[in-house]
Amino acid sequence: MTKQQANWSPYDNNGGSCVAIAGADYCVIAADTRMSTGYNILTREYSKICKLADKCVMASSGFQADVKALQKQLAARHLIYQHQHNKQMSCPAMAQLLSNTLYYKRFFPYYSFNVLGGLDNEGKGCVFTYDAVGSYEKVGYSSQGSGSTLITPFLDNQLKSPSPLLLPAQDAVTPLGEAEAIDLIKTVFASASERDIYTGDKIEIVVVNADGIRREYMELRKD
Amino acid sequence: MFRNQYDTDVTTWSPAGRLFQVEYAMEAVKQGSAAIGLRSKTHIVLGCVNKANSELSSHQKKIFKVDDHIGVAIAGLTADGRVLSRYMRNECINYSFTYESPLPVGRLVVQLADKAQVCTQRSWKRPYGVGLLVAGLDESGAHLYYNCPSGNYFEYQAFAIGSRSQAAKTYLERRFENFSDSSRDDLVKDALMAIRETLQGETLKSSICTVAVVGVGEPFHILEQETVQQMIDAFEIVGEQEGPAAEPDAAAAAGQEAAAADQGGSTEEGVAPMDI
Repeated sequence: MTKQQANWSPYDNNGGSCVAIAGADYCVIAADTRMSTGYNILTREYSKICKLADKCVMASSGFQADVKALQKQLAARHLIYQHQHNKQMSCPAMAQLLSNTLYYKRFFPYYSFNVLGGLDNEGKGCVFTYDAVGSYEKVGYSSQGSGSTLITPFLDNQLKSPSPLLLPAQDAVTPLGEAEAIDLIKTVFASASERDIYTGDKIEIVVVNADGIRREYMELRKD
Repeated sequence: MFRNQYDTDVTTWSPAGRLFQVEYAMEAVKQGSAAIGLRSKTHIVLGCVNKANSELSSHQKKIFKVDDHIGVAIAGLTADGRVLSRYMRNECINYSFTYESPLPVGRLVVQLADKAQVCTQRSWKRPYGVGLLVAGLDESGAHLYYNCPSGNYFEYQAFAIGSRSQAAKTYLERRFENFSDSSRDDLVKDALMAIRETLQGETLKSSICTVAVVGVGEPFHILEQETVQQMIDAFEIVGEQEGPAAEPDAAAAAGQEAAAADQGGSTEEGVAPMDI
């Protein structure tokens, strides 16, 4: 008597890749705009990026229905925070909230692979990277999603700081300028879309710095 | 009102068909410092008088942002008002979450009224001792409602509650027919004039009043003290005589404290630290 298996899954993977890079006074968060299911494309113009607070932006790949639900949860919690504290949530605070929200559903997780980027309280760029159940870490750069296996090694080559065992401790934030970081993002996505079928169409690039938040787009391969 | 044998419990009717505890709760509203509201077709302005207890303390917060399209001014037991504001904020957030659209004002005031009614029919509760002027904008236009401790609510073109509100009401009654088509700035000016009426001769300064606006294309926000002071000066609405020296000084000192804290805080909710 073999164990009965489910004949449907509550999850689906809508593909796509997300990247974030932290700089000394800026943070770049980018994601492609393709939403797919199986071998089909659902739309070429879907935003995976969500502004959670004034200086805090999240990009998520995975199951977009769960991503949307997660974004709404965080937005509602942020409103409550603003009513209670009279100010916007800082990026590190939002990072912890996201972690708690994800772990809350430890036994029926949000199928959402997130990168959170923004400026911390001192105005320095910060990036937090997550797994589906809320384990997170502050890093200098990160990539998630279907193209992450192609993107991460390249970012490591360009941005990785020397071993954390070296003293004095090195800050993982890249010394690259904002324009160079954006250029790197464009290169990285162009390469990923060559080989990853789920990444392509367009990149949405969001830059958070002292002047605020701005958005740019770049075309990618449509195949 | 005098004490009588029917006023101990909220669940006791008097032979004349009155619930005295509810009426006493409405008295509490009349004791609070004044709050006024007025609306045009596109904007609603809320104003209130802020009187600090002493030179040393900050004034109580009487105007609360509930959502981008709704705000409330209270008179009476401010603690009750704070709790009800928190309830209103929650309702707005939950509605937005479910329906991806702003909670219609009329719905919110009904929920608020029903919540107040519950407290008039339970022996282990007491009525809320606060009157709320709810200002909100939705698809059907600009609205101003007054919610009573009794659980009743009414819609108004303009209204005033709290102590010495009759003076403001008289002013508003004279002018209300023009409000519908008033411009936003004229509406704020009328609000400041109405507030001045309740001050009974004391100088109108931005440190003793708070003004908030919500309208088409303008989310609910409390006006900055400097803006209010400029409008007062521009419209040349200063009280006829100086009040007794102690009162305005005390109010001004409290106002400076609040102003200093205001600069640090966000423009939407200028609150002094002690008010939280």
